[in-house]
Amino acid sequence: MISTFANPLKFMNATRWVGPVLLGLAVITLGVGIYIGLFIAPADYRQGDAARIMFIHVPAAMMCMGVYSFMVSASISSLIWKHALADIAGKSAAPIGTVFTAICLITGSLWGKPIWDTWWEWDARLTSVLILFFLYLGYMAIWSAFETQQKAARAAAILCMVGAVNIPIIKWSVEWWTTLHQKASIRLADDWREKLSKPSEIIHSELPEPFLSPLLTVLVGYGLLFGALVIMNMRAEIYARRAEVLIQRRYAEEDED
Amino acid sequence: MQKQNMAEGVLLPLFFRELKLAWSGGGGAALPVGFYAGAATLTPLALGPATDLLQAAGPGVLFISLALASLLPMERLFQADLEDGTLDVLASSGASMTGIALSKTLAHWMASGLPLALVAPLLWVMLQGPGEAVLIVLGISLLGGLAFFFIGSIGAALTAGVRRGGLLIALVALPLYAPATIFGASALYAAAEGRDWTGSMALCGACALVAIALGPFASGAALKTALD
Repeated sequence: MISTFANPLKFMNATRWVGPVLLGLAVITLGVGIYIGLFIAPADYRQGDAARIMFIHVPAAMMCMGVYSFMVSASISSLIWKHALADIAGKSAAPIGTVFTAICLITGSLWGKPIWDTWWEWDARLTSVLILFFLYLGYMAIWSAFETQQKAARAAAILCMVGAVNIPIIKWSVEWWTTLHQKASIRLADDWREKLSKPSEIIHSELPEPFLSPLLTVLVGYGLLFGALVIMNMRAEIYARRAEVLIQRRYAEEDED
Repeated sequence: MQKQNMAEGVLLPLFFRELKLAWSGGGGAALPVGFYAGAATLTPLALGPATDLLQAAGPGVLFISLALASLLPMERLFQADLEDGTLDVLASSGASMTGIALSKTLAHWMASGLPLALVAPLLWVMLQGPGEAVLIVLGISLLGGLAFFFIGSIGAALTAGVRRGGLLIALVALPLYAPATIFGASALYAAAEGRDWTGSMALCGACALVAIALGPFASGAALKTALD
């Protein structure tokens, strides 16, 4: 199946409607999730309404690592199979991941001011996410620094794979170091393999249900949004490359005349 | 088999060629040392000469200066050889790009990184660090410099084909410098305050080992791209 979609022409045909459809679903899901989170879910009894920003913050934090992992797999495919579509996927995902990281950092900072009484603390989780932000910037800078797409693609893929060491550091920073940032409150249950038949119990959550459901809804919405934007970005990139080829062909024809 | 022998015959001479080139040619290898010493000298001018302030800030400033000074030789690490075709000749010798990246980076660390570590104890004492810790400072600077050079070499190889790639190296390499900086600086602070510094220094050494183990592979792959 992957090899089918690895053909740019087939990809373009298959995804013609996928982007807008995913975007519509994302808008609906995000609207519902954010509405429940901001208006229906009860206020936290200690943090009050400030805790509501978590419905934006936690899914964004999950997405910023998820998008980077997506880019790492795209980079690996690009280096092994040297396929242009994998390069385009990585390149298209980078700005989206950067924005998720920025959302995560900004909302975390806004929440930290009333609750921790500081905008920023140099704790391991915050610092490693900031480093992830710079890795995204470096990845995009490498893409724009080269004159040929192929060289840029390979250099960016190598950098992306080197930067992957940061992802487990972010994930387990709250376990390895005693820091201000709290530990994960949502994770796979320890015996999740045995619970595959009961999907509602796969996720082990320390959050009560009224907090968990808007959070997961926003996460699904973010995922749909990422899918929509990445496919639209990829299509735009493929069109841009086709236009480039057409322009060069026209110049070549003019030279012949 | 013969290709293997050729490759072994290339990497060692390459190492000495790089050392010779670095030390001749107007002392270019010493420039990072000048930068390092200059940056450390500016610190008391900016913070004021108060001993307690210098003791509080000195170890951190010293390690940041080491990180930044290690970035200086990176721009020309592979770029010069890529521009004048030396890298093409080396590639056609049958030696692996990983080996070439390892030889060149190690030679440049010997030429510039080792002198940086050697002046670190001097700057340490100038910034009012306790004199009995100078050997520890030397050791931490050796390990930190190795980590910085081998991580920096990835950035250098990625940007070798880019005109004016210097700032790009900094953007690519500085985030990856974070672990070595955290553990190296905390080992320096522990040494300054007479606490146990071995744990942090071991982790700084681990950063150096990971950088040496992975850096040449990433650099080699990037150089192959640059040659295509």
